Amino acid sequence: MHSLLPLFIAIPLGAAFLGLIIAKLWRGVGGLFAFLSTLSLMVFSFLLLGSSPSIYKMGGWIPPVGINLVSDGLSTLMLVVINTVAFLAIVFSIKYMELYTAKPKYYALFMLMMAGMNGVALTGDMFNLFVFLEIASIASYALVAFGCEHEELEASFKYLILGGVASTLVLLGIAILYSTTGTLNMADIAQSLSTHGANKASLFALALLVMGFGVKGALVPFHAWLPDAHPSAPAPISAMLSGVLIKVLGIYALTRVIFHVFGFTPTLGAILMGLGGLSMVVGALLAIGQDDLKRLLAYSTISQVGYIILGLGLGTPLGIIGGLFHLLNHATFKSLLFMSSGAIEYSTGTRRLSQMGGLNKRLPVTTAGSTVGFLSVSGIPPFNGFFSKLIIIVACVAAHQYIYAGIAAFVGLFTLLYFLRVQRNLLFGDLPESLQGIKEVPFLMCFSLVVLAVLCLGLSFLYPLMSKTLLASARDALLNTSAYIKLVLGG
Amino acid sequence: MIVYLLTFILFVMGLYCLVAKKNVVKKVIGIVIMDYAVNLLLILVGYRRGGVAPILLKGMDRAKFTTQSVDPLPQALVLTSIVIGLGVLALMVALCIRLYEKYKTFDMSEIRRLRG
Amino acid sequence: MQGMTIIVKTVVRIVTSFIVLYGIYIVLYGHLTPGGGFPGGVIVAAAYILIMLAYGKEVALRSFGDKSASLLDNLGAFGFLAIALLGLTGGYFFLNFINHGQPFRLVSAGTLPLSNIAIGVKVSACLYAVFIALAIFGRAVYRAMEEPGKEER
Repeated sequence: MHSLLPLFIAIPLGAAFLGLIIAKLWRGVGGLFAFLSTLSLMVFSFLLLGSSPSIYKMGGWIPPVGINLVSDGLSTLMLVVINTVAFLAIVFSIKYMELYTAKPKYYALFMLMMAGMNGVALTGDMFNLFVFLEIASIASYALVAFGCEHEELEASFKYLILGGVASTLVLLGIAILYSTTGTLNMADIAQSLSTHGANKASLFALALLVMGFGVKGALVPFHAWLPDAHPSAPAPISAMLSGVLIKVLGIYALTRVIFHVFGFTPTLGAILMGLGGLSMVVGALLAIGQDDLKRLLAYSTISQVGYIILGLGLGTPLGIIGGLFHLLNHATFKSLLFMSSGAIEYSTGTRRLSQMGGLNKRLPVTTAGSTVGFLSVSGIPPFNGFFSKLIIIVACVAAHQYIYAGIAAFVGLFTLLYFLRVQRNLLFGDLPESLQGIKEVPFLMCFSLVVLAVLCLGLSFLYPLMSKTLLASARDALLNTSAYIKLVLGG
Repeated sequence: MIVYLLTFILFVMGLYCLVAKKNVVKKVIGIVIMDYAVNLLLILVGYRRGGVAPILLKGMDRAKFTTQSVDPLPQALVLTSIVIGLGVLALMVALCIRLYEKYKTFDMSEIRRLRG
Repeated sequence: MQGMTIIVKTVVRIVTSFIVLYGIYIVLYGHLTPGGGFPGGVIVAAAYILIMLAYGKEVALRSFGDKSASLLDNLGAFGFLAIALLGLTGGYFFLNFINHGQPFRLVSAGTLPLSNIAIGVKVSACLYAVFIALAIFGRAVYRAMEEPGKEER
């Protein structure tokens, strides 16, 4: 199975460049290539499931000399999430992007972002992590500004400034780490740090990396760009950014560095839990007063990412399972919500909650999809959001973190409150005069919504199965650092 | 030690320029200064006093070369980082021009339609 | 924009070919001496930009337009990826599958010179395309500067 690993980076890159070349002759090729490559990557990522952890040596060079790609349980989980959501987003954008011009460029940027994210999920080398992070970030800056209107440009500039500072901090951290350990391979750094112990320089590097990945993952003191950037992008891109990108560039990179390079300690766990708790509360409080539907969803993303970080920061097996399960669930329901907000914008032409109402009479599929999303994000059983939040709260109680358990439960209630308000304003009530003539969105957009809604319901029933296989292997990969070192350096 | 301190001063100067200036072009310049300070630090990490360039030419003694040459890896990293910085810079400048086209100003305090 | 004075035009006409030649030298010898695809590509792009500055946008765009620049850009990138993918024939992505040859010869080091050429094409075309794009955008800014008072906010 390990021969598949470079294809996760090569296929999207090839689709991006070849698509731009052929687009000079036939403009529809970008969508076709994007569809085919995301479909094949989704199939490949499912093929990787259940295979044993493996390592791919680029160009046949042996680590730590050469660059290597590592696929363990955590990478496989991330790959499945990235490629599934990307496939559904591409299916959604085939119709949705008719609102915009320059479609070949859109698909090329989308594919570059995919290549960057897959690379971040797979790489076993600190500097390559930085390079792939930048590929994905630059593509996302451009995609946020894709509409080229006032708000898009302003949001993209803010995102670009903060993201640029974050990348610089990450690079500085990597430079300091290289100067103390003399290597860039993650497993080699981990071995060197565990034998010599962490000195002040490496702790400084850790702080820089936490800041850098914290900005990319929009944890609360570093969240200022997210509520501007995510709503401004086209809806499928908002779904990708909120559902996948901040998880891969922020949470995944952070956990990989903390658990595998530096080694998890209770102090680090406390820092993560503090960031998570703060994100949960602040995101939920700021979401309440929003009138713009997508902006509200963006604030809710901050709050839900807090849950994931809280679960991972607990450091207990149950907490990690809960965090990872919430990561998976958040990817499904937040992409569903952003895509249904895009569908609503496609048919009504507005995102203001105060100008809408009674959409259930005209848009049955979109209404059903967004209702499933709302119920799932607010944690109503039997939808998947309920189970992952429950697991996180139970794990908090089991680890004697009663305050965090209380915060998590309280924020869950708050989430329910503000989504009930959205539900009432948006879907029920009277249809305004201006929206009498709206029609249901095209089939391909409905298809993505329905698949994601089914996933929202299905993941909760699949949990007993997944907790034994997918999530368990990801948890074991996170907790067992020595196995990771042995996999990379021993094989 | 003093050279590392100087690169940190350069970094902080870039950060100051980014935070304190209102003009978007000056903010871009601040980011670029920060980027170059980090590049400078990376080059210094691989530096060795009295070292030679890490390029093996015809007729050089390999054993002597490995004891004398500076670390080539940071130089490769810096080249990559410069290329990435160039890409980001081009995007930032293009965005500045587009922002000016829309808002008719470079002043960041007047470019604020997004709030809340 | 009709370009600069006749002195500049003459000097540029003489110098440009040497700059391009030097850039190509840096690309081709990238695996032996300092340099490589990126620096060489930047130098070649500088030559195009020099022509554009000296002779004006119209002359430069007529001989080498933005469409062909972006095509070459993508071709270079795809060529680099193709070289990396061809390594899969030997079992590994990015494998150096060609015979390495004698060290310190021009034709040596397997795929490295080919990758350098691909990068050189990509970088030169890409930088030229970025310059064209910024020059075209910049026009809009000048227009906006000329008519103040029309605040859109």
